Amino acid sequence: MNAPLPPTNGGCRTAPVLKERGQREVFCGLTGIIWLHRKMQDAFFLVVGSRTCAHLLQSAAGVMIFAEPRFGTAILEEQDLAGMADAHVELDREVARLLARRPDIRQLFLVGSCPSEVIKIDLARAAERLSQVHAPHVRVLNYSGSGIETTFTEGEDACLASMVPVLKNTTERELLLVGALPDVVEDQMVSLLTDMGIGPIRLLPARRIDDTTAVGENTVFALTQPFLGTTHAELERRGARHLAAPFPFGDEGTTAWLRVIATEFGVSEETFESVTAAPRARARKAIAQAAEALRGKSVFFFPDSQLEIPLARFLTRECGMTAIEVGSPYIHDALHGPDLDLLPAGPQISEGQDVDRQLDRARAARPDLTVCGLGLANPLEAEGLTTKWAIELVFTPVHFYEQAGDLAGLFSRPVRRKSVLHMEAAE
Amino acid sequence: MKLTVWTYEGPPHVGAMRVATAMKGLHYVLHAPQGDTYADLLFTMIERRNHRPPVSYTTFQARDLGADTATLFKKSCQDAVDRFNPEAIIVGASCTAELIQDDPAGLAETMGLSIPVIALELPSYSRKENFGADETFYQIVKALAKPQERTARITCNILGPTALGFRARDDVEELTGLLSEMGIDVNVVAPLNATPTDIARLPAAHFNVLLSPETGEAAARFLEKNHDQPFTKVVPIGVGATRDFMAEVAGITGVSGKIDESRLRLPWWSRSVDSTYLTGKRVFIFGDGTHVAAHARIARDEMGFEVVGIGCYNREMARPIRTLAKEYGVEAFITDDYLEVEAAIERLSPEMILGTQMERHIGKRLGIPCAVISAPVHVQDFPARYSPQVGFEGANVIFDTLIHPLVMGLEEHLLTMFRDDFEFHDAAGPSHHGGHSPKPNEDASGGDISAPKKDEVVPDNIIWLSDAERELKKIPFFVRGKARRNTETFAVEKGLHEISLDTLYEAKAHYAR
Repeated sequence: MNAPLPPTNGGCRTAPVLKERGQREVFCGLTGIIWLHRKMQDAFFLVVGSRTCAHLLQSAAGVMIFAEPRFGTAILEEQDLAGMADAHVELDREVARLLARRPDIRQLFLVGSCPSEVIKIDLARAAERLSQVHAPHVRVLNYSGSGIETTFTEGEDACLASMVPVLKNTTERELLLVGALPDVVEDQMVSLLTDMGIGPIRLLPARRIDDTTAVGENTVFALTQPFLGTTHAELERRGARHLAAPFPFGDEGTTAWLRVIATEFGVSEETFESVTAAPRARARKAIAQAAEALRGKSVFFFPDSQLEIPLARFLTRECGMTAIEVGSPYIHDALHGPDLDLLPAGPQISEGQDVDRQLDRARAARPDLTVCGLGLANPLEAEGLTTKWAIELVFTPVHFYEQAGDLAGLFSRPVRRKSVLHMEAAE
Repeated sequence: MKLTVWTYEGPPHVGAMRVATAMKGLHYVLHAPQGDTYADLLFTMIERRNHRPPVSYTTFQARDLGADTATLFKKSCQDAVDRFNPEAIIVGASCTAELIQDDPAGLAETMGLSIPVIALELPSYSRKENFGADETFYQIVKALAKPQERTARITCNILGPTALGFRARDDVEELTGLLSEMGIDVNVVAPLNATPTDIARLPAAHFNVLLSPETGEAAARFLEKNHDQPFTKVVPIGVGATRDFMAEVAGITGVSGKIDESRLRLPWWSRSVDSTYLTGKRVFIFGDGTHVAAHARIARDEMGFEVVGIGCYNREMARPIRTLAKEYGVEAFITDDYLEVEAAIERLSPEMILGTQMERHIGKRLGIPCAVISAPVHVQDFPARYSPQVGFEGANVIFDTLIHPLVMGLEEHLLTMFRDDFEFHDAAGPSHHGGHSPKPNEDASGGDISAPKKDEVVPDNIIWLSDAERELKKIPFFVRGKARRNTETFAVEKGLHEISLDTLYEAKAHYAR
């Protein structure tokens, strides 16, 4: 089986990385709750934090998910800080009240925030205590989504990592697929692999707590998201083996990702071809249509979700774009290496952020398309740049063959929009 | 510790950002961890601002905590001054930075910057967004306003409009026009679009117009006490309030309180026969204190509605709203817990809600139309067209806003007459809402797994007989909930355990007005 060809001018894996520290225009890890609470249908996310945390959660998604969502914030008040109230007693009371009102909740995540970390509320201890109180009906875990420790998508990483130690043990040879995907995409992924005869397949996170996800020394796992570094380490600690691959974005990324797993499970070339040929052809066609507007254009990535490197690989190799700068909040070689190998040399790879300096670079380069956060998009548009809000890439189904055209479309739409708007006089 | 799902107000440093972002030539250095930058998108996305808020975040991380966050703060301060060259800076801490006690004020003072440095103390764990805005604006005025001669002509300042304010942009324009017709010039509008230099000129005006008490009252009181400038107490939202406001201004300045009213349409629109159907519509009003007070008067005196409950989320306005509720003979709800507001609305079952984006969602859930009259705001609350709330044009805009969500007069009758028509049936909602008609039973979230809607909960000891149940289904959806509850209450009062067709119509007669 042929792996994708590395670029003739060399890849970016060994390219020098510009590391910056300064103001970061990114979300904190709490933001992940917005999609995680929809993915795990029996889970509730209780942030122990401040009014700022609650305000972030309702602002970040841009819209309110109003009917009672499965997350909330236990807001710390002055008496909690002054030691007049015992935070643990207060937390136990709020959790008891919540679980009484919502008997459908089977897993509760206590989520640490900047204030709870700074005043050192021991949420691990609280989770242990509350687990004993509410077992066996409810399992209580904890992780930190604080901004002082996590950047945006690292919140999902911290959440999934907190689940690994409590996964059941197994000695079976199983494939574990890791990362929260929209249900429709997850179903496509599982059916592609099942059609190749690969199984049993387990998912992390499972949709419900009762599902049979387990881990052990015979487990091999593949990541579907490029921001799961801590989960990766936790799974290796449990003896599981990582199948490193480019991430399944676009035709080429999806094929390469599937191929690594197929090779591991001894799938024949004929089987692989028969399962992937039709969706591959569809993906190519859809990408070609959407990519017309992108060919020959330049792109600049501000750091946001750690999806930047795989997406830059997709845009350069499959949509004909040139990358000027590819910024990522963090770069992990074990995760991002395969994509960096394929990304044609040329762009500045940067890690971390000093937003004002990076804005200077973007303004100087005048890219045709700038991928950035919501705080920067309109101001850059007002300066005449064309932008794509990065958060949509996390909230929209973009993985695997059937979504490859949509993914290209997310980037081409702002470019096309610019060309269709005409407000001058007709002459 | 209090469990919160949605909040009406952000933390106080977001209030400070609303002032900083409204102004020009001012920069805010905020000691804050990574992630607090989310607040930028409130301004760039919701308000569609074309500039980043002038805020530098120190962005400290866990590893900095053991080391030197104070140096990080000073570096951010220096970088901000060098890069943005502001006339003045404000410095402060977000909730997390407040806990690490670096003292941004003290640090900034030791730096010997050549521009004014205004320190903010905003207690994040006891106060909220409106307080943050009010206090920030007050501190800026206190630091920068200079004693000076009054202008030769009669002038005033307009105080209070901030970024992310409810229709602040258009209110300033409308109010400026109104004052100009009265022969009064505007000296400075602040904080919206004011520079620190403008703030210094505030005391040149003869008096102040307090447009938004939530965000400008502390500054107005300071200017009254220290610069001898009276300020207006009436916020000119609604016809009566606008006339009162003009009288108040006339009293302060001695100018004539009369202006051309030919643009004012609300009074005739409200008197014209088409509006008869508005009479006695039961409305529940909730939002910030200022807008709620104004809309209570409009609802009762200018639209002919019946006000069934009022409330506000900002505790600072609790007292006036309680007094007002007493005057209207209704309950006052002072709470920032939207679940309490929802419970109140369910209990009172009004025919319309005048509220915030939160109440709009509550209304959607309960099948009650809602008009948005107050912050917190959504991208929809920043319309492209001119749509002020204050003055005569504001009154016209409000008339339209309040009737838009309702089923219109004749349509209401037609729905009742031809209730089984397959196209023109009640579940289709008001015909002028097209594809966006409210569907009372729809729950778009998919995430709700709470108890069934109250509407469907019948008191334990009451049974609906099938003929009554069928008749109830024929009642248009926008009054069906009320009819059901009224009938059940009536049955309970009469000690009945079964509701028959007769009970339904007896109840209707009992509650008829």
